[in-house]
Formats: sequence, C-alpha cells, structure tokens
Amino acid sequence: MDLSAYPLELPENDRPMVRFMDVTKSYGTLVVLDKLNLDINRGEMVSVIGPSGSGKTTVLRMLMTLETINGGVIYVDGKPLTHMVRNGRLVLAEEAHLRRMRASIGMCFQHFNLFPHMTALQNCMEGPVQALGLPRAEARTRAEELLAMVGMIEKKDQHPSRLSGGQQQRVAIARALAMRPRIMLFDEVTSALDPEVIGEVTEVIRKLVAEHDLTMLMVTHQMGFARDISDRICFFYKGRIEEQGTPQQFFNNPQKERTQQFLRAVKDAD
Amino acid sequence: MNFDWRWAFALEILPRLLRATVNTLLAAGIGYAIAMVLGLVFALALRSPWRLPRFILREILEFIRSTPLVVQIFFIFYVGPQVGITLSPWVAGMIAIGLHYSAYVAEVYRAGIEAVPRGQWEACRALNLTTRDSYVRIVLPQALPHAMPGMGNYLIGIFKDTPMLSVIGVTELMQAANAIGSETYRFIEPYTLVGVIFLALSLPTAGLVRLGERRLRRKLGL
Repeated sequence: MDLSAYPLELPENDRPMVRFMDVTKSYGTLVVLDKLNLDINRGEMVSVIGPSGSGKTTVLRMLMTLETINGGVIYVDGKPLTHMVRNGRLVLAEEAHLRRMRASIGMCFQHFNLFPHMTALQNCMEGPVQALGLPRAEARTRAEELLAMVGMIEKKDQHPSRLSGGQQQRVAIARALAMRPRIMLFDEVTSALDPEVIGEVTEVIRKLVAEHDLTMLMVTHQMGFARDISDRICFFYKGRIEEQGTPQQFFNNPQKERTQQFLRAVKDAD
Repeated sequence: MNFDWRWAFALEILPRLLRATVNTLLAAGIGYAIAMVLGLVFALALRSPWRLPRFILREILEFIRSTPLVVQIFFIFYVGPQVGITLSPWVAGMIAIGLHYSAYVAEVYRAGIEAVPRGQWEACRALNLTTRDSYVRIVLPQALPHAMPGMGNYLIGIFKDTPMLSVIGVTELMQAANAIGSETYRFIEPYTLVGVIFLALSLPTAGLVRLGERRLRRKLGL
C-alpha cells in the first residue's frame, strides 16, 4: 500500500479534530467504506444517518480502532491514528501507538456493553484507574460527578442487571466521559431502548452538546433528535457520503434523489 | 461360591483406608490445582496472535487428550529415568494427572472465554485497557461462571482417576486396598469400602460445585 501521498502530520493551519482521508474498509469483496473523505471540526456535533449497511457504524468503529483499515489514513488532531511514523514513512500503527491515540476518544455502544460484574460506580472507575492510573479516590470523585450529571448517582451501587436500558446507557455515557475524551462517539445509543426511555438518554446528550466543547460523532435513526442538536448531517449510502449539510439544508432542501427517498421512507415509518 | 462379608474385618481396615483417603484427596487437590493453572495458561496461549506456537500447542494438547492417562503415568515415571529425569512416584503422578487434565481444562476455559460477548472486549478497547487488564479484570471474571460446571466435572474426574497412581506405588486409597488384599487374601471388604468412600466423596462434591457456581454468579452480579 503506497502511503507516500499522505502527510505524516497535518499542517498547523489545517487541523480538524478528525480527518478521514480516502478511508477504505472491506471484508473480502464487500466494500463497506469506499475512499471516505470526511473532516470533523473541533467542537462540532456531526450526525451520521443512512440505511443499514451503508457503512455508518463502521466509520465510528474505525475511529475507535475497533476495526483495522484497508486503505487511506485517519488523522486525529493532526496526527495519524491508524498509522504511525517510522523512518519518515507512515506504517500501520502498533498497539502502543493505538493506545496513545485512543486516549482522546470515547465511545458509547448500541448495547451499552457495561461490565456486568461491576456496579455503575465501578464501571465508571475502571478505565480511569486501570488505563489512566488515576488514584482510586480521585477516580471515585470523578465517577460520582459524572453519574450525578447523567442522573444516576442514586443507582451508583447497582449492577447493570438491575438497571433499565436507559439507565444502563446513561451509566455508559458517564463511563466514557470519565476517560476525559476530546471526541465522543455515539453508535445508535437509543436503538436498543424502549421508546419511553429514549428521552432520558437524548437529554444527557443534549446537555453534553450545550455544556461541553466535545467533538461528537453520532450514528442515529432519530431524525428529529439529529436535526435538533447537530451542526452537520452526513447521509451515508453504500459506503460513501451521498450528501451532507446543516440540518436546515439537509432536511428542508435535500439535493440528492437518494436522500429524498430515504427521508420519505423514514417519515412514512414515523 | 459364597458371599462372605465380615463386618469386623471391614471395621478393622476402615481407619487404614481412611488414612489413605487423605492422600487420595491430596493427590486430587494438587493435580487439580496444577490442571487449573496450566489449563488457563494453555487456554490463553491458544488465543495468542502467534500462529505457529498456537498450532504446535493445539497438536500437543490433542495428543495428550487422545492417549490414556495410565500410559502417561507409566511413561513419566519409568521412561523419565532412562533419559535422566528421575521423579518420585508422587511428583511423577502429579505431573501426569495435572498435565493430562490441563489439556481438558484448557478447553473449558476456552469455551468460557468465548462465551463472553464481543461487546465486552470492545468496551475494554474503548476504555483503553491493556489486553492483560481486559482478561484479568473484565473477561475472565465473566468467563469463570460459564466454566464452573465443566471445572466441577473435571474435579470429580481427577478424583476418580487417582487410583491410577497406585500403578506407580503412590500410597493412595487404591494402593492401600491392594496392600490389604495381598496381606489378608480378603478383597471384598477393602474394594467395596474403596467404592463407598469414593461415592461418599463424589456426590457431595457435585452438589458443592453447583452451589459454588450459583454463589459465584450472585457475587459477580450476573
């Protein structure tokens, strides 16, 4: 793979928080992402929408380094994430590099993925204590603050099995934030929830958008929510960005045929 | 043919058999401990990213599982000295049983680890835990309850296989019964008592394992 076309580092005056450059992901012959180019700016909230199988979740998973990359380079804060510099060239990143880079990224999952054998509080302390080496007392204070922020402080000593889906997801958000990431990824965080508890999770995300300068990337099926809080909407279709724009442009005046079709179909489903 | 059971004789040899039972329990305990530790090491090695060592280990474990324990006991004890490794019956026996069962226990661990959902690993990565921390703190604690029933079966399996150690002269229960038989030419009492003692110890163990599994699950909040 020839990577000489990609810079070792992005120039000072052109450093979005995240940059996908020609990012390609395939499983065998199935191409999931096809030369994706996407910038996400500092503090920006970008919603990724699209039909299933369009590669939108893959975008998040690659940024979290849960998937390997088949082509192109991802940069985080100007530095290559998926690759590292060796002898003046880009080579595929090793685990040590990934660990350094991952520290600035947090993720929440569709199925929460809380640790079932730990209480809500322990879930939120695990990363800070083990990965960041924070003293326990400090990690506990930080975890309790965040659990309070997501409205889960009364349940801090409960195991996930005793919590509802909405409560589990709120703990999962607190757990991710406890690592103090600069980028937060939300992968269909309300898709597995009962309708009546979706609001409590979206409320937390709204609060994050309003009160923090996190850069956020969210895959969602909730058009109304995406429209309310996003700075930009990216519509994925077959591994490419078919159309993107501000929520205003995108929902009121979609340009592409595919986008119009998709929005009609979603509206009908509602 | 006559069935001649003598209670007085049975009672007379019982203390001797019970003393030997202590050794049987010791052998089972040590063998099990070796199998548990070695099995975990093997299970983790089988999940390592290096293909060749993984392949070699898999073949070795397959070989161990496919040959009889008693042959392995003989081999370690009698062939060992010919290549300069002389071991006492106890040491040779514990190595044989521990190694033999570790090949099975490794599979139990493996199944337990694989039963932990992939999302748990992904959460570990997202929280930037090391592979070691992911195993020790997140995956193995969840794998253990899955592995408990299998572990319990092999504990009882090891216990019931300890009589094989009598072939190299380890003074456990079977060896004691054999000795009584050859001293007195009475076999019905010693061997019957051996069976009863094994039964009396196996049955509660199975129950304890089930209880232990339930308590472990509760303790882990699962």
